[in-house]
Amino acid sequence: MAHSAKTISVLGAISAALALQAAPAEAAKKEKCFGISLAGKNDCAAGPGTSCAGTSTVDYQGDAWTLVDEGTCLNLDLPDMADGTPRTPSLEALTRDLPA
Amino acid sequence: MFDAQHSPDHLPNRPGVGYKPQHYTSLIENPGTVGWLEIHAENYMGDGGRPIAQLRQLSERFPISVHGVGLSIGGEGALDADHLARLKHLVDWLNPTVFSEHLAWSTHEGAFLNDLLPLPYTQDTLNRVADHIDLLQETLGRQMMLENPSSYLAFDESTWSEPDFLREVSNRTGCGLLLDVNNVFVSATNLNYDPKQYIADYPLEKVGEIHLGGHDEDEDDHGKPLLIDSHGAPVVDPVWALLDHTLSLSGPRPILIEWDTDVPEWTVLHAEALRADKALSKVMS
Amino acid sequence: MTVTQTTFRDAIFDGAQERPLGLSDAIGQPAGRRFDVYRNNVAVSLSEALATGFPTIAKLLGEENFNAIAGIFLRQFPPTSPMMMHYGADFPTFLESFEPLAHLGYLGDVARLELGLRRSYHAADSTGVAPETLAEIPQDKLVDITANFAPAVSVQRSSWPIHAIWAFNMQDGPKPAAVAQDVLILRPEYDPLPHVLPPGAYECVTALMAGAKLGTAAEFGTEADEGFDLGATLGLLLTGNALTSFDVPS
Repeated sequence: MAHSAKTISVLGAISAALALQAAPAEAAKKEKCFGISLAGKNDCAAGPGTSCAGTSTVDYQGDAWTLVDEGTCLNLDLPDMADGTPRTPSLEALTRDLPA
Repeated sequence: MFDAQHSPDHLPNRPGVGYKPQHYTSLIENPGTVGWLEIHAENYMGDGGRPIAQLRQLSERFPISVHGVGLSIGGEGALDADHLARLKHLVDWLNPTVFSEHLAWSTHEGAFLNDLLPLPYTQDTLNRVADHIDLLQETLGRQMMLENPSSYLAFDESTWSEPDFLREVSNRTGCGLLLDVNNVFVSATNLNYDPKQYIADYPLEKVGEIHLGGHDEDEDDHGKPLLIDSHGAPVVDPVWALLDHTLSLSGPRPILIEWDTDVPEWTVLHAEALRADKALSKVMS
Repeated sequence: MTVTQTTFRDAIFDGAQERPLGLSDAIGQPAGRRFDVYRNNVAVSLSEALATGFPTIAKLLGEENFNAIAGIFLRQFPPTSPMMMHYGADFPTFLESFEPLAHLGYLGDVARLELGLRRSYHAADSTGVAPETLAEIPQDKLVDITANFAPAVSVQRSSWPIHAIWAFNMQDGPKPAAVAQDVLILRPEYDPLPHVLPPGAYECVTALMAGAKLGTAAEFGTEADEGFDLGATLGLLLTGNALTSFDVPS
């Protein structure tokens, strides 16, 4: 049976995809929990102490409030693109995440 | 009033613990003295995933108590119909041994405040709470238990004592009661009354479950003790003593250890359950 | 006097407001900081829910900044349902519109990624299709099959390196380069994980999710990027149990 070029390319892709399945997906079996199971849980406990968060109203007016220097954002150098050019995907960063 | 012939099963007169996912393996491998588990309803209202899968597994091994923390039974507005439907779905598929909720409000005009907020004990509140419990029991097709809150302040407009208020709600709706002994101790300290008198006034014959938990200590503006129901510490000795006193009047009851913040290792939580077991054995012989 | 729940709520959210009259201690003195217990409980429990729901944002901003920002957000956008597992849906757009954060343009998309992971965690269960199913489909029909996706799967396009920022904070990954990243969230069993999509894959997967035929979806991929590798993309989807079934035309 003769196949179109489109069919042939899809066929090749499916063989490649199936070949990828041969390697056991060990990573998928491991328990990885990034705190998601605890995220936004409901409970009936009260917060600790009476002071702080509840009464300290944040005095935020326009840009009067500023960030203190902390957090990992200080280690990132990711400026906005002034001309609005979209960032292009980097090829080297990509293969890393494909299943082995 | 709810038809009592459809009353639910009873939890065993043993210690239970509030279920935390970090204790899953310990509970499956060796639950020790723990005879039942309590879960917070709202944490199991997702569509699927690990929480629901774990709950299915646990429900095959343990009697489950579903404890709602978000229905806002004391809310001025109507009960949230969507939330009521979610609760019904959970109770229908899980078929827990018991269901309980709080004498409190948490939702107002569509905003959920994620805390158990206090109510004035007035005729208006009584009518509203009773109507909401009627609707809830009708919707779920089962009896519920209502829990006494922790109080940090009093409403000037209140005309009922808390035990009388709870007794009247129970008489009108046919609901059972859940007695949180730590909440009694916290409220009695904060509002300067005798916790034993509160227990004497409480309709113990309607109590289907007892709660115990830890609290934090603070002070009010005048240096008077202000206890806060944090569920983040061991149960203190005076609360264990109040439990003994309660059990001597009520007889054995299912006792839950609640530990919701700074959740400890399984052995620490289990030690609290063992202590509850000891208290039970004193009144069971 | 009567203390309405409107009065109570307003005073909880606005710490500068007077505490409601009609609330007392044991001997009839005004409740004072006893009322603040409730203010504190509401603010702390909601900002803790945000910090556990958005752990990457919390690390990026640091504790002090995060708590201050959460305090503003929770007062403007309190939860609209008791389902705390879904709290924070408005957080990404809030972060984007909050002027003191304007220089950190990636925060909104990173928060969207974290929301996506949380939704995936609670999504309905499903069983991934056996990869062999593909081999059993008549070859001349393969270009015309469509795929059904697991509810836990989602894709996100960003002009920021959102996966790298997430990995940098949550998995000790390398320092992110200034590139755009498309992300696919997969949940092979119960633990969702984000994956970077190679060029063209976002267009292909989005088309497949919208119900396009496999051949058409592949063309979307190739049009977006000449080097698009359908095999690698299908392999990723199958390994991650992202596909629940195929519909084969008769």
